[in-house]
Order: sequence, then structure tokens, then C-alpha cells
Amino acid sequence: MEIHQKRMPLEGEERFSSGCAISGLFNKNGDRFSGRDAITSISVMHDRSNGLGGGFAGYGIYPEYKDFYAFHIFYYGNEAKRNCEEYLDEHFDLINLSKIPTQKHHNITDEPLIWRYFVTPLPTKLVNSQLDEKEYTARCVIHINTDIKGAYVFSSGKNMGVFKAVGYPEDVGEFYRLDDYKGYSWTVHGRYPTNTPGWWGGAHPFALLDYSVVHNGEISSYDANRRFIEMYGYNCTLQTDTEVITYMIDYLHRRQGLNFEEVAHVIAAPFWSTIGRKSEEEIAEYTYLRNTFASMLITGPFSIILGFNGGLMALNDRLKLRSLVAAEKGDMVYLASEEAAIRIIEPNPDRVWHPSGGKPVIVTLNK
Amino acid sequence: MGINYLYPDFEVHRDKDKCINCRVCERQCANEVHAFDKELNRMIADDSKCVNCHRCVSLCPTHALKIVKTDHHFKENANWKGEVIQDIYRQAESGGVLLASMGTPKDYPVYWDKMLINASQVTNPSIDPLREPMETRTFLGQKSTKIKRDDQGRLITTTTPQLSLNIPIMFSAMSYGSISYNAHKSLAMAAQELGIFYNTGEGGLHEDFYQYGKNTIVQVASGRFGVHPGYLNAGAAIEIKMGQGAKPGIGGHLPGSKIGEDISKTRMIPEHADAISPAPHHDIYSIEDLRQLVFALKEATAYTKPIIVKVAAVHNISAIASGIARSGADIIAIDGFRGGTGAAPARTRDNVGIPIELALASVDSRLRQEGIRNNVSLVVGGSIRSSADVIKAIALGADAIYVATSALLALGCHLCRTCQNGKCNWGIATQKPELVKRLNPEVGSQRLVNLITAWEHEIKEMMGGMGINSIEALRGNRLMLRGIGLNETELQILGISHAGQ
Repeated sequence: MEIHQKRMPLEGEERFSSGCAISGLFNKNGDRFSGRDAITSISVMHDRSNGLGGGFAGYGIYPEYKDFYAFHIFYYGNEAKRNCEEYLDEHFDLINLSKIPTQKHHNITDEPLIWRYFVTPLPTKLVNSQLDEKEYTARCVIHINTDIKGAYVFSSGKNMGVFKAVGYPEDVGEFYRLDDYKGYSWTVHGRYPTNTPGWWGGAHPFALLDYSVVHNGEISSYDANRRFIEMYGYNCTLQTDTEVITYMIDYLHRRQGLNFEEVAHVIAAPFWSTIGRKSEEEIAEYTYLRNTFASMLITGPFSIILGFNGGLMALNDRLKLRSLVAAEKGDMVYLASEEAAIRIIEPNPDRVWHPSGGKPVIVTLNK
Repeated sequence: MGINYLYPDFEVHRDKDKCINCRVCERQCANEVHAFDKELNRMIADDSKCVNCHRCVSLCPTHALKIVKTDHHFKENANWKGEVIQDIYRQAESGGVLLASMGTPKDYPVYWDKMLINASQVTNPSIDPLREPMETRTFLGQKSTKIKRDDQGRLITTTTPQLSLNIPIMFSAMSYGSISYNAHKSLAMAAQELGIFYNTGEGGLHEDFYQYGKNTIVQVASGRFGVHPGYLNAGAAIEIKMGQGAKPGIGGHLPGSKIGEDISKTRMIPEHADAISPAPHHDIYSIEDLRQLVFALKEATAYTKPIIVKVAAVHNISAIASGIARSGADIIAIDGFRGGTGAAPARTRDNVGIPIELALASVDSRLRQEGIRNNVSLVVGGSIRSSADVIKAIALGADAIYVATSALLALGCHLCRTCQNGKCNWGIATQKPELVKRLNPEVGSQRLVNLITAWEHEIKEMMGGMGINSIEALRGNRLMLRGIGLNETELQILGISHAGQ
């Protein structure tokens, strides 16, 4: 990683802002399709990125390994790889490991070593830790990313995977050969950072376990959110909005057990004046959530698409300061920063709408 | 003329051309500075009695008066300054402790003035508070650490008792006794109108003010003056006063001369007896004792009121706060060393304690390091002078702030710092009926409402500038602050970067 520090501060050493393009595609029936549509969709929004970061998350892409955590890891140097693999060996059963297949692309350069591991926690270690499997795995991921120099786990969920790099997103999709993967859900991100961090880990989606977030915006609540979530064992090493949003969702959904609707009422809480017009029961519930998790309110512009196993959630900030369009066609649901990015892959949607600020769009697989 | 003669600090300048001998100044001055000299047929003044409270200046119909700092001085000496020499003369004469009031006037660093606030440009938009909702509602109290659901899966929304504030500003403790009935009434009325809280201080609650209970914090201090079950249950919250920023480590002293019938009844002590509150609570010699008092008060109020523990900012404040956060207290109030007082030993006031900015930053950081910041709310006071100070305090990590000196200024106080004499010409820090009636509670409360409303507008304007539309997103948001002219250690304690970084 040091090579990137010679001229510019590394991602995580100071806070960068960025504008972006996001897109999401979801099949409610669980039918799997390749990453090609996601590439096509994001390519329409080329000018919303500046070639300094792009990435994809696909769900349902590893059915043959669906019971194992799929770790995608960047290594800067062989020593990082050795140290990390030693750590993985101590904490997990390694079911399979390989380089992630890539194909050279003239716009994608300076790639790190990119490896994939299918793992499951070592039973004895897991029992001794007194943690559940997900918490154990999350802590190991946070440990690697914080303490093992030159190693960075950028994907750690089951039956899903993140693919990201420095470059335009459509080039990143070609680089990772996403035509070869099939998933029922894809999200994609093109980044427009206001400087040149040039580190692959800083590209998006940002993911922890099966949560992945693509985000467009710059949140003004960042440090309030960060300082709060860091109380609960998270370490915001990248200093990006997407990272802190992912951790907050993980905390609220996985650790506190809120459903996604309730998560939205925390991070994009309705205004008090709106809450005041609701039923007594709803007032109690909304007030409880806003008060209890006050420091997790996100202010400032954002549109996010959260991927999770079995679904997607799209959410805008309370004032809708970033564009976000949704559309449906049969079993397909489309979400994007711009309508054009939907129409390029589905010219005749059944329904197109602009979700209101703070109102989540949640789609899940048909039972 | 004795050898202890001290030249007056101020000179009363009267423009003889403007003076019409109306004698307003004479009637208004409780210190008896002004007099009419019949033989000379003009007003004269005894400068030595002047405390520079501006009452006469403000009311002179022809603007004939001004108070000027004397240019009389000792021979220049950077070490032995005039005031140092004078203090020694005073103590050589009296053998006593030097008394003072209000916050320290010494030239200590004011860190509020060395922090700058951020604003949005290009990458995210600022928000216009005149066109968009801008929220300042704040809840004070413990937050649940784990959500619970009923058997139908619905959230259980009951919480420990919380204080709800329309804006995170409260009037901090000033006892009935140290300030007047009318001053208390002004604060109570304003708190009610603003949807915030005022604080009884340690002097009990006058029976006339029970009607403001929903906006009242009742205090329990080491003297336990005026504490009884009705009092504890009258307020919205109970504050245990362990210390005060202006005089950490010592108790309070209300001279018998101020304890007339009403105050005696409210404090439940004999008339004209000095009210001396001990330095410590004699039932609290350690943290486990504090926990017992916290729960004794909760028991006495059936767990319906949040308990605030107020401490002075002292050197190991973060460890102390961490202890309090685990004592069952719902709210910690920290009072910085520039905070005001109705009377305190000058040496204590000017030398004991630490600035609130550093105390706040270090307590907030410590509570977060220990993962217990959400167990308590944090209220800070000790010289919050403007809406900008409020913004900075909240960005450093405070949930709400306490103001007292600013509130008194709104009521007419001119910071002459002679509250201990009980002759406040503005009707605030006095119990003399003819002075008290000068403060009209209707006018006083309106001025307090005006002040806080004005601050609220400014807070919303600056929040909007930062692209923040709810106050909780500012809380602890230290990226919104930058230091200016601070050294590494100061920046590190405040947890902020330097301007330009």
C-alpha cells in the first residue's frame, strides 16, 4: 500500500467526498442473469463517474458454495498474502481458494493480487469465541482490514460477491469477466471522487458479510455516525460514507434485529412534523427509534442501494437531494440514478417512479 | 485617610452641561454613589462606592453619565500588577478570604474562539432553514442498548424517563436566594414558553413556581435545602449537584442577611441564619455512595424522573464522568471553570478547575472509547456566550448546553461582579424588595425567549450551512470543527484538525 502514499494521501488517511452513479437490478423470481445488464446500465451514466472507481455486487453467484463465506481479498505484495492466509488458516476451514479470474483491460492498471476463498469458521474457534457465526466472521474481516498490512477483504458474504477496481465501472465489469457470473441481483457503482485516491479498496460497493452498499452522495453527518458506530467494534478505516453506512446497517439489522423498514426510519428518519401526524402507535415507534439511535441519523444528500441475501433496498435522504429512479417489468425491478440507465436495458417498463425522500423501496425474492 | 486607602477602580463622569439634576441616578443606585449637593446645586458622586453596573448610565435621561476605568495606577510592574497589590492590601486589612462573583475575568484561553465551523460547498448542498425543515429537538436520558419486541414482534417503545427539549439549551442552576423571586419567575416562564428547562439551584422551589414543574429541574445539593418529597416530584428531572465550575471542591454560602421569610420557608431553614452547604455531600464519599443517592431519588420519584449528576470540570474529569455514567445517572452535567457564581472565594474561582471545552472533548471521547456514550446524555455549561458556542459544544459531543450568565445578561445584568453584596441594581442578585421589583418577570421572560429564539435562528442557519438538518447529526460531529492557533496537544484533546487540514 505504501506505493500509493508517495504523492497523495491513501484512502482512509483523510476524508474524501465523491459524486457517483448507482444502479441495481433484481429478479423477484430468483432467476439468475449475467452481469452484462449491470455493465450496460452503468455505462449510460459514464459522465457521472470519472474513472477513479467502479464496482459490482452480485447475489446468487456462487450456488455451489452457498453455505460458505466467499472472501474476496486484495493483496499488495506476497507478504500480505502470507500473513493473511496464516490468519485465515487459524480461524477458518478453507474450502477452496483461487485467483479471481480477470482479463487484461487497457484502462485497468496497477491491479493488486486478487484472491477468492470459500471459508467456514473453525468450529472450536467459533465455540471458544462465544459469538455467533456472523459476528465471528465480521470480527475476523475487520481484524484483517485494520491490522494486516497490505491485505484487504472487500467481500465476505455467502453466495454473493463484490468486484471492484479503480477505473470506469463498465471497464471494471469487463476486467472481472462478469459475463461469466449469473445472479438474481446486481448492484453497480461508478465513482466520481474529488481527488485521486487510486486505491482499489476505496472503490464501491462496500460490503460486510452479505450487506453491500452502493451510494451516491456526501453525508454531512459522517463524523457523528462514525464516532457512534465505532463504539460497537467497527473501525472506519476508509473514512468514506459508504463504509459507515454499511456498518450502521449491519449494526441495526443484524445486531439489533431491526427490519429494513425500521432501519430506514433510523437512518433517514421522517421529520418530527411528519411523525406528529401519524397514529399514536406509530408516533411512539418512530420517536423511540429516532431517540434511541439518534446518532445514526444520516443528513446530507445520499441515494443508496443496499444489497443483501434475498433482496435490495433503495433509500434516499430525507430531502431527496440525490436522484433515484425505480421501475418494474414483470419479475424484474430496476433502480438507478437516472431513468436512462433503466431504459437502456428495459425500454418498456410496466411502471416507473421516483421514490420519495426517506421512503425505502424494499424488494425481496418471492417466497 | 488610612494607609489601606485604595483608589476607586472607576470614576463617575458627569457631563455638567447635560445633567438636569433629575436625581434618577441617586434613586437608582443602591450603592449610594450619587447625591445631590444643595449648596452646589448639582449632583456629586462618591466613586469609591461605584461597582460599574451601568444602572445610572442606562437610566440617565440626558446621557450625562459614563463610568470610566481610572487611570490611576501603581508603578508599572509586569509581575506585581495593581490588582495583585490591592488584593494583598485588602487581606492585610481584613485577614479574610477574598470574595468574588460571576465567572473568572482572568485571561485564560477561550477555546470556543479558537475553533471554526464548516460549511458546504459544491460537493454537497447547504440547506436553507427558511425553506426546509431544520430540527433541533433533543431528548436527554439513557438510551436502550438492545431493542425488545412483544410477542407479536412489535417494538416495545417504553424507555427510561427522558427530557424533551425543543432546542438543546437550558437555564442552569441559580438558587432562589442567590437570585431574586422575579429573576426565577422570568426563567420559569421563559422555559415554559420555549419548551426547555430551568433549574432551581440548591435553594428549593418557591411554592408559586410549582406550576412550572414540567419545565423545572429541581436540584439536590449538599445542604439539602428545601428538599422534600413534594419538591422532588414537582420537577421534570432531579439534579444532584456535586460541584460547580466557579468553585470546584467547595460548598455554597448564602449570608443570613439574604434569608428573609420567603427564602427561609423555601429553603426550610431559620430566617437570617447563614445557609452554608458543605463542600462534599456527607452521604457521598465515593462513587458507590453516589449510586445510592441516584437510586434513592429514583425510588422517591417512582423512576419517573431522569437524574442528572452535575460536576465541576476538574483534572481527571473523564474518569469521573465514566464513573457517573455507570452510577445509574441518566444525564451528566459538566460545569467549566469559567462558569458563574453568586459568590465564591476569588482564588478558587480564578484558579481551580479546567475549561469546559477540554473537559467536554475528553469526556465525550472517553465515554465513546468505553462504549457507554449512549448510556448517558451530556450537558455542558460554564460560559456559553453565543449560538456559535452552542454549535461548537454540540459538535464536540454535548447533547445540550446550560446557560446562566447569558440568561442573566438578557435580564439586565451588566456583569459588575458584585452579586455577593446583594445590592444588585438590576433586581437580579438581590433580595431587597425595592430592587427586586425593578425586574418585571413579563419583560424578563420575553427577553429570555427573544435571546434563545435568536440563537435558535442562528443555530439553524449554521446547521443549514453545514448541510445538516437535524441537530443529532451535529452531535459529536467533530469534522465540522477546525482549530485555529492551537498546539498539537490541544488539537488532540479536542479531537479536531487544524484549519487548512
